[in-house]
Amino acid sequence: MRKREAKLAFSMLLPTALIVILVVLGPLVANFWISVKPVELADLRAPTALITERFRGDAEAVGDEVELEYRIRNSSPNQPVLDAAFTDTIPDGLRITGLDPRCSLSGQALSCILGELEGGFRERFRLQAEVTQAFLDTPADVRASEPSITGSGVNVLTSLDFTWENFRRVFSASEFWSVLRVTIYYTVFSTGGALIVGLFAAQLMNTAFKGRGILRGLFLFPYVAPVIAVTFTWLILLDPFSGTINAMLVEMGLIDGPINFFGTREVDISVFGLTFGFPVALSTVIAFEAWRYFPLSFLFILAAMQSVSSDMYEAAEMDGATPLQQFWYLSLPQLVGILSVLFLLRFIWTFNKFDDIFLLTGGAAGTRTLTVQVYEQGFALSNLGAGAAVAVVVFFLLLAFALVFFRFSPKEGGA
Amino acid sequence: MAVIETTPPRDGFAFGTGTIISAVIGALAGFVIMIVVGVTLGLITGAFSAPPAGAAGLAGLIMGAFLGASPPVTRSSNRTRLIAAVFLVIVHLIATFAMPFGLPTNIVPVWQVMALVVFAVLTTIGTSLMIADLPSGQVSRYMAEAAFIRTMKGLGFVIFTVMVALPFYVMVMTSLKNQAQLLANPLDLSISFAGGFEGLFSSYIELFTQFNFGRYLLVSFVVSTATVLLTLLFSIPGAYAVARLRFTGRQAFARSILLIYMVPAIVLVIPLYAVFSQLGLRNSLIGLLIVYPATTVPVALYMLKGYFEGIPAELEEAGLMDGLTRLGVIIKITLPLALPALASVSLYVFMIAWNEFLFAFMFLDDPSIFTLSRGVVSLNSSEVPRQHLMAGAVVATVPVLIVFLWLERFLVTGLTAGSVKG
Repeated sequence: MRKREAKLAFSMLLPTALIVILVVLGPLVANFWISVKPVELADLRAPTALITERFRGDAEAVGDEVELEYRIRNSSPNQPVLDAAFTDTIPDGLRITGLDPRCSLSGQALSCILGELEGGFRERFRLQAEVTQAFLDTPADVRASEPSITGSGVNVLTSLDFTWENFRRVFSASEFWSVLRVTIYYTVFSTGGALIVGLFAAQLMNTAFKGRGILRGLFLFPYVAPVIAVTFTWLILLDPFSGTINAMLVEMGLIDGPINFFGTREVDISVFGLTFGFPVALSTVIAFEAWRYFPLSFLFILAAMQSVSSDMYEAAEMDGATPLQQFWYLSLPQLVGILSVLFLLRFIWTFNKFDDIFLLTGGAAGTRTLTVQVYEQGFALSNLGAGAAVAVVVFFLLLAFALVFFRFSPKEGGA
Repeated sequence: MAVIETTPPRDGFAFGTGTIISAVIGALAGFVIMIVVGVTLGLITGAFSAPPAGAAGLAGLIMGAFLGASPPVTRSSNRTRLIAAVFLVIVHLIATFAMPFGLPTNIVPVWQVMALVVFAVLTTIGTSLMIADLPSGQVSRYMAEAAFIRTMKGLGFVIFTVMVALPFYVMVMTSLKNQAQLLANPLDLSISFAGGFEGLFSSYIELFTQFNFGRYLLVSFVVSTATVLLTLLFSIPGAYAVARLRFTGRQAFARSILLIYMVPAIVLVIPLYAVFSQLGLRNSLIGLLIVYPATTVPVALYMLKGYFEGIPAELEEAGLMDGLTRLGVIIKITLPLALPALASVSLYVFMIAWNEFLFAFMFLDDPSIFTLSRGVVSLNSSEVPRQHLMAGAVVATVPVLIVFLWLERFLVTGLTAGSVKG
């Protein structure tokens, strides 16, 4: 009985396990593989041999000399194609007079063995033929029979070429450490920002009033709306030339000239004679993150607040605790659990985030995080191997966070 | 308890700490509400000027002092509020030399009057709500803190609403403008009916006629719905097995599901791109329909598992006793009971698939199979005017917002019960 149940369970879990292994775990492992391979975006198209056929000469009378020309090339500029060969059918009525030594003819079937074509290989392959009466009687289109070529390209993904060059590039670049620093600032402040804003919003919504449902729905909009919609809206809102916010601030006399919020790396600010560089673009991105993800922490914190029984507050009220004391000594301690779980979860998710920064700044002006760096290396610079190497770094950092998360999370799964 | 506090007379005016606090609250309310109302007036009418928030603060100060000095019992009566509002308007008009919004009186006069009324009503009611029953004279710490919290909440509502609504407002309004209007005055977000219906919605009309957005919309719907169905197909049996059936490794499995959910898409994108390119799956919707369910199944499984565990096992055992098979039990007993969870999982997965950007952006090259996310990104070029971009953003946002508002209660309970991410 027990065994049958286990069997049933496994069969029910099988589809999930399969798709997760194929699309999540498989690529995870493949990342390590690609990260130690010299693979560029262009290498993804495995080299293949290509062939086209041409008919040269005029076939007007019996005995005219014509040529069949096959243009053969290797699609890849640097990778070889192995064991290339092609076959074609010679039209009826053409008698081959000059046969290349690599070819053999049986009846009208031509087959040629080319062997290895090195990278960038090109050849015009010609066969002489003589026109016979049969060809003139029924002039067949020579190109009607497509030549077919075979050959195996070395797939760079499955080859056994390995290199440490990708990792060397990732770590030796001076920008690596600045990217890492930006990632940490971004992750910590975005997570904290979203939590604090969410805590405030939850405080607001924790009292019953008319229209609370509508307002709660509205507060969730930033999280629900597609990332492309909200990022482009922020870009246009904060545009230095025609953005509403800049125009408004200038009009009100709060700033002298428009601020390029997403394009300024740093502005020097002096406080009490101390001058320090304030990262404008990074802070704007962090503000965006707090704006977009506060609804999530808001929901969780509100749910936690509403599950606290009101008896405690009534008792505190009787004892003369003031509202701020009630918040500090009663509400906050109740929320510490959910707040810390939220912080860890959000921390990991913010760290993982790619879309937002990519769409807002593309990683420019001091906002390049590790995830944007994966894209930059892998696709913008077309070096898949280096991109995968950054992804491996991301993975290991994440693993470390996840270990911390499971160390501190309550034993009975989840929040 | 024996000490009886000396309370100020409850039926007359009185001055003291309470009055000062009320005045400060009134000043704050006047200041903030003037900025909000003034900016809103500017954006709606297109006649923008810096709102005279200082004068409004002064007017609010005097009005707040009046409200605070009046006895708490009469404070919420309409008569007192009306007098306070009149006070407010008069002081404000004097302080701004009869230009309540910094605009000459002959510009959009009707709007200005309306805005002034809105300003007076909001400020007066807001202030009296924030002051509430604060005594005019001596104020206990409890009362002062309560007033402070009410004030913070009042400000919070204003700030949060503006913060959330402003970007969406700008998004919609920008999409209704044309290039010339946008360049002439970026602060003019009024609706202009000069061009008629077609002039107003010209960006949308162009998107659907020239930019193929009808097709993107269709593709997005197909992809999102298919993702939801596939995810449910995979995760329902999986969640049931983890929740109900006993087998070795159950706990480990339940935990690793959550771990898998933390794997970022960006780590998967390079290998998937490489392999899908070679298999010819990259530039195809099939490819997306392999990746999307795979990334949503873990979280769906986790959410459903939580719900299934809450369904009493006795119900299912009764079904088994009556001769139903496991499958019969799941279909006839468990799933009908789990409908709310199915709704919230479906909505959540739909949102993820609809909003997904990275894979759509990396995989799709062929404009005939663009999803909306991919389609809107293709509008982000210097050749396409930005009202088109905003119209595209609206087109992408509206369907998912409708679905969300329709099923909101399921999402809220589902998310908080299942404890998930963003």
